[in-house]
This record gives sequence, structure tokens and C-alpha cells, in this order.
Amino acid sequence: MATVEVTFTPLPAHVRTARLVATAVARRSGVSESLMDEVRLAVGEACSRAVETHAVQCPDEPVRVALSDQAGRFEIEVINAGKAAGMVSGGGRAGDGTLMPPGFSLAVIAGLAEDVQISETEAGTSVKMSWPLSGSLAAGSPA
Amino acid sequence: MRDGSITSGAPDEMCSADGWDNGCMALEESVDLKLDHHNKDGIEIVDVEGEIDVYTAPRLRELLIDLVNNGHYQLVVNMEKVEFLDSTGLGVLVGGLKRVRAHDGSLDLVCTQERILKIFRITGLTKVFGIHDTVDEAISTRKSEK
Repeated sequence: MATVEVTFTPLPAHVRTARLVATAVARRSGVSESLMDEVRLAVGEACSRAVETHAVQCPDEPVRVALSDQAGRFEIEVINAGKAAGMVSGGGRAGDGTLMPPGFSLAVIAGLAEDVQISETEAGTSVKMSWPLSGSLAAGSPA
Repeated sequence: MRDGSITSGAPDEMCSADGWDNGCMALEESVDLKLDHHNKDGIEIVDVEGEIDVYTAPRLRELLIDLVNNGHYQLVVNMEKVEFLDSTGLGVLVGGLKRVRAHDGSLDLVCTQERILKIFRITGLTKVFGIHDTVDEAISTRKSEK
């Protein structure tokens, strides 16, 4: 079971909230402060991508973000219903003139997270990212 | 459907005096993006403050489009107070560059923050944009290249 799970309506305004929650949980879990910008950016990219996918394919379905720390790593999984935005034919960033190529955000995520796994199921697409835990507030430590 | 929900394994600790405090405080922050612009030595300086993401980037895009539509083709975007930039924001900047270049113009950036520069490096856009340490440096470089 995830340490914290966030579900939100697929609206751009909520991506920031997801970023803030993910950063707070990462800090709480013991992710090094030097990695915090990468966590923030990677989860933002994954959530933005999920929101765009939902907006086109399933606007009534929530985006799900699962945050967990286990086996010495902090993991974020962003799950979107429907086909991934970067994999949609002719897909690109909605609203910005589609200047960035499809899959651009995935490339950014790959450049940020130490470990990235993307999997597609019938239910949707999952983007898993993880970082090592190194702080003194690792899971199980007293608050 | 509710707008969102958060479930936690330790709900009683959500705002305790440790890492969560930062998150709780941050969730209350209201500033997302502030935009301003002024002319200096014939170059339009766009001052950006806050976060440029999928939610706020359209506002920056609209401002850049307005400036170009009003005949401002030499732009400097001052990002010294930008706290967050994602690929949506990069797309807007690339879009702005494309628009000014269509008029033989330029779009330079001012940024010294490592957290912001990192995303330019990851994406290779350091080779696309002129990135400067100060507004004055951006202006003088642009003037010298004319």
C-alpha cells in the first residue's frame, strides 16, 4: 500500500497541488534535499502529461498519484487512464502550439529520475519513478 | 466527483513539526505567476516571478503573443524570480522564440538559478536560447550582435 495516495480531477490547476504533496512526502520520507527539485519537476511532468491525456480521452476520470517509501527508495507512481499522451497519434502539448514533440515530457522525466518505468495496461498508463532515501527521516523513524 | 483527495498512512501526522510542515505551508501559498514588462534601450524586458507550469504557462504565452503582435520583436525574459519551470513552460518560451524569429527578432533569457538551468541543459535548449546572468548583459549582447 502506498504511504500517501492522491487523486485529483484532471485539471492543470491541481498539478501544482500534486507537486507540493509529492515534495512534502519525499522530504518526510528522507529524500535528500539536493534531489528535491528533481522530484518536484519529475512528478509535475508526469502529472501534466496525465492531465493532458485525461482531458482528451476521459475528463471525468481522476488522475492517481501514489507515493511510497520502501526498500530504501522513494517511489512515485502516476497513473492515468487512457492511452499515454506521448503515445497518442499526433499528440503533443495541448495549447502551446504543440511545439514540443510527443514524448518530450517523458524524456525530461528520464533525465531527472534515477529509475523510470513506464507500463501500459488496459486500465491506463503508469509512470513509476524512484529516488534513493538518504535522510534521517526515513520510514519508521519517529516524527 | 470531488476535485481531489489525499489519503495517508499517518493522517494524524500530516502537519506535524517536520517535513510535512513545509508541504502544509506550501499548499497555502497563493502566488503562482506574476508577469510584468517594460522597455529598456529598445528591448522589451519581461519579468517573470513564480511558477511556470501547465496551469500558468498559458498566461506567459498570451503575454509573449501580445508583445509580438504589438511589434516588440526584441525580447528578454527575466527568469531570476522563477521558482519552477516545466516542459510546458519550455514550450511557451520556444513558441515565443519562434514568433520573434519570424520577424528577425530575438528572445534571450536571464537566469542564474541552477534548478532552472538544469531543465534547459537536460533538454539541450541551452544551445537554442541565449542565457545571460543579468538583464544588462542580455541587452548589451543583443546590441553588439545587431
